Amino acid sequence: MPAGSGPTAIHARGVTKTYGHVRAVRGIDLTVAQGETFGFLGPNGAGKSTTIAMLCTLATPTAGHIEIAGHDTRREPHEVRRAIGLVFQETTLDGDLTAAENLRFHADLYDMPTASLPARVDAMLGLVGLTERRGSLVRTFSGGMRRRLEIARGLLHRPRLLFLDEPTIGLDPQTRAHLWTYLSEIRAREDTTIFLTTHYLEEAETCDRIAIIDGGRIVAQGTPAELKSVVGADRIELRTEDDTAAAQALRTRFGLEATAFPGGLRVRAEDGARAVPALCAGLGVLVQEVTVIRPTLDDVFLHHTGRGLRDDAPPRGGDGAGDPR
Amino acid sequence: MSHATTGRGTDRSPSVPAGPAGPGRRSRRLTAELRAGRMVWRREMMHFWRDLPRVASALAQPLLFLYILGIGLGRLVAGSHTSDDYLLFLFPGVLVMTVQQPAIAVGASIVWDRESGFLREMLVAPVGRITLLLGKCLGGATVATCQALVVLASAGLAGVPYRVDLFAALLAELLLVSLSLTVLAAALAVSVRRVQTFNVALSVLLLPLTFLSGMMFPVSAMPDWMAALSLIDPLTYAVDGMRQTVMTFHHGPLSDYFDRVTWGGWQVTAAAEFTLVAVATLVGVVVAGRRFSRAE
Repeated sequence: MPAGSGPTAIHARGVTKTYGHVRAVRGIDLTVAQGETFGFLGPNGAGKSTTIAMLCTLATPTAGHIEIAGHDTRREPHEVRRAIGLVFQETTLDGDLTAAENLRFHADLYDMPTASLPARVDAMLGLVGLTERRGSLVRTFSGGMRRRLEIARGLLHRPRLLFLDEPTIGLDPQTRAHLWTYLSEIRAREDTTIFLTTHYLEEAETCDRIAIIDGGRIVAQGTPAELKSVVGADRIELRTEDDTAAAQALRTRFGLEATAFPGGLRVRAEDGARAVPALCAGLGVLVQEVTVIRPTLDDVFLHHTGRGLRDDAPPRGGDGAGDPR
Repeated sequence: MSHATTGRGTDRSPSVPAGPAGPGRRSRRLTAELRAGRMVWRREMMHFWRDLPRVASALAQPLLFLYILGIGLGRLVAGSHTSDDYLLFLFPGVLVMTVQQPAIAVGASIVWDRESGFLREMLVAPVGRITLLLGKCLGGATVATCQALVVLASAGLAGVPYRVDLFAALLAELLLVSLSLTVLAAALAVSVRRVQTFNVALSVLLLPLTFLSGMMFPVSAMPDWMAALSLIDPLTYAVDGMRQTVMTFHHGPLSDYFDRVTWGGWQVTAAAEFTLVAVATLVGVVVAGRRFSRAE
């Protein structure tokens, strides 16, 4: 961290959480800089929710310590809570209050200055395009509108750090795109740090940095580019006249270990595009189709957790089965 | 990589003055808690006003109880020769019955708030859990007392005189009794995770508490074993305390079933009874507060 840029948004060391005999989180270190957008990925049951619960003071770590915006979560929970905003997967709005009343409730609980409050409420409702529905009961809102209102509410008290737990799950692509427009606007204007979990690849790609958690441990951490370079090689998928012979040739002539998949063979190569001509020329088997695939975050995820990012997206995500592979 | 933040965030209004810790900061903290508690209370009032049809139907029950069942039972109790003061006997109990349902509903709404997710919004706010709990319980007490006002307004029909001092006393007592019932429900609600469990626990508790309270028949008329149970029922003291308050303002002879609750011959005073209710409420707040603070 450069000097003078304020406290680190999240500083967690050796964080552990044990429920009875279950070790949900096993010694996690996390550092998130102020202003960063940080992606927190992991399969279901990897310890994601438990970690978030500890970061936002809803659960106490069994061991280790966490500082949020320079405040210890155990000793100064109120300061931590004041510094963070939360948008959960499930709705946490009161359906029997109007949109404006839900915000008003939030403002009073966060003891926001009353003089500037109406302007702030208007600004946030405007940001998420709910100005005209401010007087409507939230129970009449669609899922997308509710999520937008949750984001407006999460940002209302100008948190330094916004937690977003699957913020766009179950939303149509258009609403998802809108949400990201609001978020980047707020990020630019108010220097808000964003900590998010997601099962969407494109959302993970936009993060400044990413951590992957599996089995209660951080198994990888870095920028998307760094993480992809660890997985390294490109993937070449070949469809040939005789896959068995081709696999044999790949091993003996090129020293490449091929794996069979329903569509043909798959090999890894440092620079896929350059390797293809040589492969086609030297294989001795007629190649019918070649695809070169650059590593994606999905590959990174697969590499570290043995599962695809979308494989176990929460049920509301629509296609729970994910991409067939 | 990380975005350097050089002197940005100037539009960030400081939510807490970064002054030195001291009495100023503490009093600011207290104002913040009061404001939050008031908002939690207000939310209950907002739900109440938006749900007036349900309130009206909830009021039908005690009114029917008092003016149909009460008049009918009154004839049975008093025979045909005396003026029926059974309605007067029943009146305080029906007031308690009126506040019982809404008070418990609000205490129970913690379970619903958890179910609907709204509880989380409150739990992550920079507010003490006890503030949230008290705001909620006071909201329940207010809502319940507002409903009881309707029954109270019909006091004349039951032979209760319309007097400002009597009504003020009854209202204060109702507020306390409602609060204790809300706290009871809240203590149960924070101890229980599932709505079904809560409903079962409540129905197992509530009916015996009501029947044993001396609301419909005096404790003195109960067999010993029942009277003994009745004496450990907090509702007994709420009903008897309010009955004593009404009797203070009643002139003229009363049927002999207007017996007061006694402890080994000592007639328990209304003041003692309400102190008891207040202490029970306080214990309930502490228990609920501790459980609530541990809730994750």
